[in-house]
Amino acid sequence: MNQTIDARCVGYLATNTREFLSEEKLEASGYSSDKVKLEADMSKITTIEQALEFMQDNMTVMIGGFLGVGTPERLVDALVIKGTKNLIVIANDTAMPDKGIGKLVVSRQLKKAIVSHIGTNSETGRQMNAGELEVELIPQGTLAEQIRAGGAGLGGILTPTGLGTIVAEGKDVITVDGKEFLLEKPLKADVALIKAHTVDTAGNLLFYRSARNFNPLMAMAAKVVIVEAENIVEVGQIDPDQVITPGIFIDWIIQG
Amino acid sequence: MDAKTIIAKRVAQEFKDGYVVNLGIGIPTLAADYLPNSVNVILQSENGFLGLIPLNGPAHADLVNAGGKPVSMMPGGAVFDSAMSFAIIRGGHVDVTVLGALEVDQEGNLANWMVPGKVVPGMGGAMDLVSGAKKVIIAMEHTAKDGKPKILKKCTLPLTGKCVVNFIITNLCLFEVTLAGLILLETAPGVTVDEVRAHTAAEFVIGPHVCTMPIV
Repeated sequence: MNQTIDARCVGYLATNTREFLSEEKLEASGYSSDKVKLEADMSKITTIEQALEFMQDNMTVMIGGFLGVGTPERLVDALVIKGTKNLIVIANDTAMPDKGIGKLVVSRQLKKAIVSHIGTNSETGRQMNAGELEVELIPQGTLAEQIRAGGAGLGGILTPTGLGTIVAEGKDVITVDGKEFLLEKPLKADVALIKAHTVDTAGNLLFYRSARNFNPLMAMAAKVVIVEAENIVEVGQIDPDQVITPGIFIDWIIQG
Repeated sequence: MDAKTIIAKRVAQEFKDGYVVNLGIGIPTLAADYLPNSVNVILQSENGFLGLIPLNGPAHADLVNAGGKPVSMMPGGAVFDSAMSFAIIRGGHVDVTVLGALEVDQEGNLANWMVPGKVVPGMGGAMDLVSGAKKVIIAMEHTAKDGKPKILKKCTLPLTGKCVVNFIITNLCLFEVTLAGLILLETAPGVTVDEVRAHTAAEFVIGPHVCTMPIV
């Protein structure tokens, strides 16, 4: 894994700095111009099998989507085939038994789901009541901010949501200017599986309509981020002003 | 007029031109069908956009409402991520949210997300909506299917929010929730105050100018 990340760093340096560094400087830092050219050709595009080599049992994984809309279905299907177990999944919901994250519930690959809603997947409720799956329910806006905080280097967020309800049980209440807030801690993950409409080879992302939801937030909050995109285009084909998620957050790209 | 239509028509009268509105699933969603022609509202969908309108063309799998059903967007709509969506909701940028309820009480407490011992669907965005929207309207049938009151002195189910409800609109009446408790402001056409009392467990004050809901 370290090796791969090192390679990534080189690829990043090469693709992002070669226009600005002289060959002398590059050679001084250990890269021959030939090597830079070679590394620059290295793409983040990979196969689904290679991308999922990062997935191991007991990992925490964020998966984008809202009732399956904006969920990387190919990655989920491949994860079901791979059979990785005891996963902690952070997502908005567990979708439906035959859609999105619901498929991972049905194949019993989760030990815990951290979500805002499970009502559309009866199998999640059944496993929860049978004590087979731990479910932590979090208000949706709090969940979004916890993930954002995880990626933004914050120690948590203060929210009024959930005050006076069971959501507040066991949590610190902080008073700011006379108003009470719940302290909610950041969430991070080992891997994020996200879905985009279009990606360029540097990883810059565009989303389509309500398929955006949690994807840009999760792209910032995991050690390894794998994006499944419907369209893959060359660098330069996306106007920088239109980019929703900058490519630096993306490690691997697979074709959706 | 059936119960749901009465509720939806009365709820729609609470919307003012230019309001940003978030509608829950079920009866609340019906309210959008009864907007007066002179009133245009901007519907916010918690899954990440402003400008929701009913499906008016081919369905697209990537454009759905918070219930997962295909919808369309009006020109001038905007799409964003879930953090922005809930910044809009929590930050007081939604003028009105309309939600259903399992129970609501005379202090404005709301319970609409779980029944202990049953399969719990989860709160989704409901807790954020009631904590942040400028006005919270509960739109529901006055009693449960078995006839039991849903408007109580004190909620018995786990709360969605504490002291968050502003108005309760049912097929029998309209209550405003105040610091002094519930005030009966309107009754539905043909409904008497005694009938409201018979189906309400909460205490309430009869407003000084109780009138019939202005719906046709």
